[in-house]
Amino acid sequence: MLSYLARRVLIAIPTLILISIFVFALQKMLPGDPVLALAGEDRDPETLERLRELYHLNDPIWMQYLMWVGDAVRGDLGQSIRTGLPVTEMVLSKLPVTIQLAVMSMVFAAVIGIPAGIVSAIRKGTVTDYVANVVALSGLSIPNFWLGIMLILLVSVKWRLLPASGYVPLTEDPLQSIRTMLMPAFVLGTALAASLMRHTRSAMLGVLRQDYVRTARAKGLAERTVIMHHAFRNALTPVVTLAALLFGELIAGAVLTEQIFTIPGFGKMVVDAVFNRDYAVVQGVVLVTALGFILMNLIADAAYVLLNPRLRVG
Amino acid sequence: MNIRKAMLLAAVMGTTVVGAQAQTLRIGLESDPDALDPDKSRTFVGRIVFTALCDKLIDVTPKLELVPQLATEWTVSEDGKTIDMTLREGVVFHDGTPFDGEAVKANIERSQTLEDSVRKSEVSSIESVEVVDATHIKLHLSAPDAPLLAQLADRSGMMLSPASFEGDVAAGPVCSGPFMFKNRVAQDKIELEKFADYWNADAISLDAVSYLPIPDSTVRLANLQSGDLDLINRLAATDVETVKGSDQLSYGRADGLGYQGITFNTTNGDRADNPFGQDARLREALSLAIDRNAINQVVFSGLNAPASQFVSAASPFFDPAYPVPERDIEKAKALIAEAGYEDGLTLEIQAPNRPENQQVVQMIQAMAAEAGIQITIAAKEFATMLSDQAAGDFEASQVGWSGRIDPDGNIYGFVTTGGGFNDGKYSNEKVDEILAEARSVSDVDKRKALYHQANEILMADKPLFYIYNEAWLYGVSNKVEGFTPSPDGMIRLEGVSLSQ
Repeated sequence: MLSYLARRVLIAIPTLILISIFVFALQKMLPGDPVLALAGEDRDPETLERLRELYHLNDPIWMQYLMWVGDAVRGDLGQSIRTGLPVTEMVLSKLPVTIQLAVMSMVFAAVIGIPAGIVSAIRKGTVTDYVANVVALSGLSIPNFWLGIMLILLVSVKWRLLPASGYVPLTEDPLQSIRTMLMPAFVLGTALAASLMRHTRSAMLGVLRQDYVRTARAKGLAERTVIMHHAFRNALTPVVTLAALLFGELIAGAVLTEQIFTIPGFGKMVVDAVFNRDYAVVQGVVLVTALGFILMNLIADAAYVLLNPRLRVG
Repeated sequence: MNIRKAMLLAAVMGTTVVGAQAQTLRIGLESDPDALDPDKSRTFVGRIVFTALCDKLIDVTPKLELVPQLATEWTVSEDGKTIDMTLREGVVFHDGTPFDGEAVKANIERSQTLEDSVRKSEVSSIESVEVVDATHIKLHLSAPDAPLLAQLADRSGMMLSPASFEGDVAAGPVCSGPFMFKNRVAQDKIELEKFADYWNADAISLDAVSYLPIPDSTVRLANLQSGDLDLINRLAATDVETVKGSDQLSYGRADGLGYQGITFNTTNGDRADNPFGQDARLREALSLAIDRNAINQVVFSGLNAPASQFVSAASPFFDPAYPVPERDIEKAKALIAEAGYEDGLTLEIQAPNRPENQQVVQMIQAMAAEAGIQITIAAKEFATMLSDQAAGDFEASQVGWSGRIDPDGNIYGFVTTGGGFNDGKYSNEKVDEILAEARSVSDVDKRKALYHQANEILMADKPLFYIYNEAWLYGVSNKVEGFTPSPDGMIRLEGVSLSQ
């Protein structure tokens, strides 16, 4: 198993290099001059030229790239040209926020999606199945920003149950922190729950037709044991893959949801950075996100091995 | 041990009680300010935060008069090249450093010499700062500079503690304003707390203030409605009715100093070579084809003010010779015919891809069509639009300006040859001359006459025309007392309090 994981880690390195080149190139292809965006209402030509020099924007692109990569390898992702803060510090300060939101969203998604998927697989073709499907589909089709604003209007403005937006660190006030995250996590969670439910359902349907399930039933095992122990555990592999990918996506920042609920995570930071052409910040966030994705894939790979004993041999 | 425990408990309870009574004003802003360093700051929202954090040498009243803040008196010499200033006594910075002549000198020199200072051009006329004594300074100028006093009533006049220059100023600015910096979480909040030793502490009843950037105006309003915020900046015009209909909220409004208009590419590259870029009569025709009142009513519920020139009607420099033009389709058609385009012509206008700007250009498109002008709209993301504009890749641009206290700030850079905002590269020697002269005289009536003279030429040449002056709109919780909106859009906290 170790050599299997080591192989996976090695494959990740060229992937990261490719990603860094790709992100850097994409940035430079963006129309819009970072210095003009930065200068805002203070567009004195001399100041603009000085800022261009200061941020090495007059250097050839390959040189800019090499300088950036050189620093990044040493853990320095550069400096935000808008706020003047080190990008590494900015990214690290957003990480706990984004991870908390991702975890809470995943909890919502799993608690809603997986049981719904199992039930609708067992009750295939019944009213329950159809209802679960309709709910799942609406979860997928309702736009996050709309659901978010509706929730704010209902839960915060009308009922005054939860804060409308903002963020409190978990370490500062755990209860308030969870309260501020409930609505955004629910909005994100429902959308993910839909795809989790669909995948759990189809995986379960596939497994339930297998011989070993029939055998288990023939042995006279309780239906509950058959479903949970024999069927569900085997159906989990594709669900775990999907969950890991979805989690990776959450790390990338729930751009719209974070904007609506004003959560200072990756999504909000990246949107602000793109609009201000704050290249270093965008690159930093994308690089860290890519790392997160690769890590989640590794975790998913490890989880297969744990779930499926057959993989342990090879 | 027991006593210590009891004391600790008392202390904890004490802080809880104070916490419950502490008056914290929570303000919703439309975006996250940039660096909190007066010499590097470039955003409008940043100036709002500085208003509570950093006192300036000079302040400005709602009527745009310059009044004392850290400087109590000033006189400009006959030749306009020396400004004598008397400084307020007994002022200290948030770190306890006393404020004096040396501090002013250090701050102005920092604005002039800091590598990435964006204030350099604003204070470039200051040749030297002479410290006469602790409370008197003389600014020696290389040439008369009338707008300088207004600059000293903005970021160039903000005073930082010289002791803080060494560190990272933006991470914790040390000024002398009514509130001091406590904490900032990027994209989340900026927290300030009351400065007990403020020279005008009696005017301040709030204990703390926090600024929360919430870009979506609907969400900003929802936070106000739910009681999570006490005051919101940039209330959407379309939401004013909602606020008026609520018994817990009220709304505030002030005429702003800024404008929105259409800028033409007259000389900047190949794309200037279009009928509108080459013929002032066509630009005049488009201006006449537009019903400015209708735009204000439809898009902004009548809350902004239709505009005709570079300063608003509230400014002492407003030129009564040019009131807001009435829509005159026949005259527009006649001008177009005179220019030789009876069969109609086309124009591309670029505009930011924000709902309000798009609605404005769509109305212009419909109105211009009646005069025979076919407009195509190029919706662009703002940063892209700006760089296209600077590069000359545009025919006309729907663009605006947030406005400055001194009229010079609303016109000089936009129409003089080589001006930082003159993206159409309009150039007229006479205009350059008049506007340069208006910078150098300090007599208000003389300046007025010069600006009116410039207006006459600019109205005929029309390198740009004006559509409306933006008003500042606020949503305010009824718990907030004593808030007065200002034309410069700053949120001043003197006299503001919160009732429970």
